[in-house]
Amino acid sequence: MSTTTPVEDTVAAEEATKHRKSASTAAKEGLSSRWGSAAALVIAVLWTVPTVGLLISSFRPEADVKTTGWWTVLSNPSFTLDSYRSVITGSDVNLATYFVNSIVITVPSVVIPVTIATMSAYAFAWMQFKGRDTLFVAIFALQIVPIQVTMIPLLTLYVDWGLAGRQAPGGGFWTVWLSHSIFALPLAIYLMHNFMREIPGELVESARIDGAGHVQIFTRIMLPLLKPSIAAFAIFQFLWVWNDLLVALVFAGGNLQVSPLTVRLAELAGQRGEDWHLLSAGAFVSLVVPVLVFVFGQRYFVRGMLAGSVKG
Amino acid sequence: MATISFKKAQRWYPGADKPAVPGIDLDIRDGEFMVLVGPSGCGKSTTLRMLAGLEEVNDGQIFIGDREVTKLPPKDRDIAMVFQNYALYPHMSVADNMGFALKMAKMKPEERKQRVEEAARILNLTEYLERKPKALSGGQRQRVAMGRAIVRQPQVFCMDEPLSNLDAKMRVQTRTDIAKLQADLGITTVYVTHDQVEAMTMGDRVAVMKDGVLQQVDTPLALYDRPVNLFVAGFIGSPQMNLMGAHAKDGKAQIGDYLVPVDETAARKMSGDIVVGVRPEAWRVVGPDEGGLPVSVTVVEELGSDAFVYGTSGVEGTPNNIIVRVSARDTVHKGDTLHVTTDPRSVHVFDADSGDRLSD
Repeated sequence: MSTTTPVEDTVAAEEATKHRKSASTAAKEGLSSRWGSAAALVIAVLWTVPTVGLLISSFRPEADVKTTGWWTVLSNPSFTLDSYRSVITGSDVNLATYFVNSIVITVPSVVIPVTIATMSAYAFAWMQFKGRDTLFVAIFALQIVPIQVTMIPLLTLYVDWGLAGRQAPGGGFWTVWLSHSIFALPLAIYLMHNFMREIPGELVESARIDGAGHVQIFTRIMLPLLKPSIAAFAIFQFLWVWNDLLVALVFAGGNLQVSPLTVRLAELAGQRGEDWHLLSAGAFVSLVVPVLVFVFGQRYFVRGMLAGSVKG
Repeated sequence: MATISFKKAQRWYPGADKPAVPGIDLDIRDGEFMVLVGPSGCGKSTTLRMLAGLEEVNDGQIFIGDREVTKLPPKDRDIAMVFQNYALYPHMSVADNMGFALKMAKMKPEERKQRVEEAARILNLTEYLERKPKALSGGQRQRVAMGRAIVRQPQVFCMDEPLSNLDAKMRVQTRTDIAKLQADLGITTVYVTHDQVEAMTMGDRVAVMKDGVLQQVDTPLALYDRPVNLFVAGFIGSPQMNLMGAHAKDGKAQIGDYLVPVDETAARKMSGDIVVGVRPEAWRVVGPDEGGLPVSVTVVEELGSDAFVYGTSGVEGTPNNIIVRVSARDTVHKGDTLHVTTDPRSVHVFDADSGDRLSD
């Protein structure tokens, strides 16, 4: 039996915390102090300066960009939309085509791996079958294969299967979709498996007793609970595919009909780099979609989906 | 509305060098509240999970009613389970949580709604039906977990320590609620707990387990009055029974100079080293020259209704602590020496080697 009253206990506890701060409290206090905030502000400004410079450059006339730095805009302001005009209309293939291509490449390249990965992660996490652990380790180990090594063999396979080229089904997009999916799957399965394992086993057992089969457990329990994780991975994969040049260049093989924005961006500077002043405008044009995805996807990054499920 | 019977049901976890449950034989009557109790790791939860179908049965059989369910998946067994941590679906409202099993059974929405509302009324959850589990208190979550079980009107309830996450006061109250609910519904219930007080207060019958083996299955009072071995004697009862090493010779049991009164059956059967068990409340305080066991008092616990005296017997071969229940207003103080004795019918005699009961 304790002889102190609860009030005294709390007071004593507060006293104790005053004297012995936990590491996390100390870290929190250190980071939220005035000096910590100042340091964070300085870092933020330093990191933003190049982007701001790029943005300003994209609005400056060609002659200015090529002779003076972007900061001279303060003493000698002159702005024009010429760069954007050349980026958007200055090619024999319309920029809109590249935009559409990028979207056509990106959406299936996100949907295919996310779908397959969630389903296989469920199997790895919650189903018993022979050789499960070996197979899982094997898939995990696939991540160490550099994608550059796989390019020639993959391309050979695609050509043999008749998937490459303009006459192929899907207009030659299949090679890019498949490649992106193949490269994404090992990490996706591994991540999704870890998210799945974090869901308490009792929930699955409870659903089994309630009469749900694997499909119902997957669709009614796992998917709603994993929504934030799936969204997070999908956004990650989206940004990766949207910004990818290598895979598109190799597998869409110079076929402008199926090339994404990044390929066009790389060509913007011209054969000998004489048009490099256009790059800043091009970068901002291609930034629009990722920024939109991020802004609207943000609400899925919610925490605490599991709150209230199990105690302790 | 079903009996349950385990016939040599065995569970051997892969990779373990001995089975968690070597082979359990247990018959549970229709509508009975059966409590499985034992220390942690004794196989009581495994036994329950075998019944629920969450654990594979490696050998033997399990019957619910006259249906063999040994190999059936959980959903075909017509059981409901309440988990220790409740396992509520966090993304569903209370109503959806309770109706999930009915939805899986493809019951019509109107009928489902009616059943859920009925269960919510029984459990006082009506006003919380639209809430998510995270907006409920611990006791309310526990009731939702119960509600999820009762809406299904199953043949068997399985409960795996459903009260252990509640605070002490809530636990006592919910204990009574569950026992009453079970009695009203008349559904055969298997309840697992490590708390012998829960076992004694709730069970129609209690099965005491140790190392995967049933020690004794009986009504709470029978367990208390006639424990079949040392383990049950020590496990059931709080504070626990005084178990003292003694020596038997010519039908007499002796602890030091104290001659323990024993019943005739025990007197006939005992020999050599034995263990003598006496419940704290069975001791009688006597005068110093009446031949009682001397106990020097170390601690007195006053509970208001009565008091427990903890003391040392000072006799070699007996455990240090002797617990004696005295009436609350007896003036016993630390440092006093008490002399206690008891009656033959309150003495439990056990064989020191096998631990088996020798008394009548």
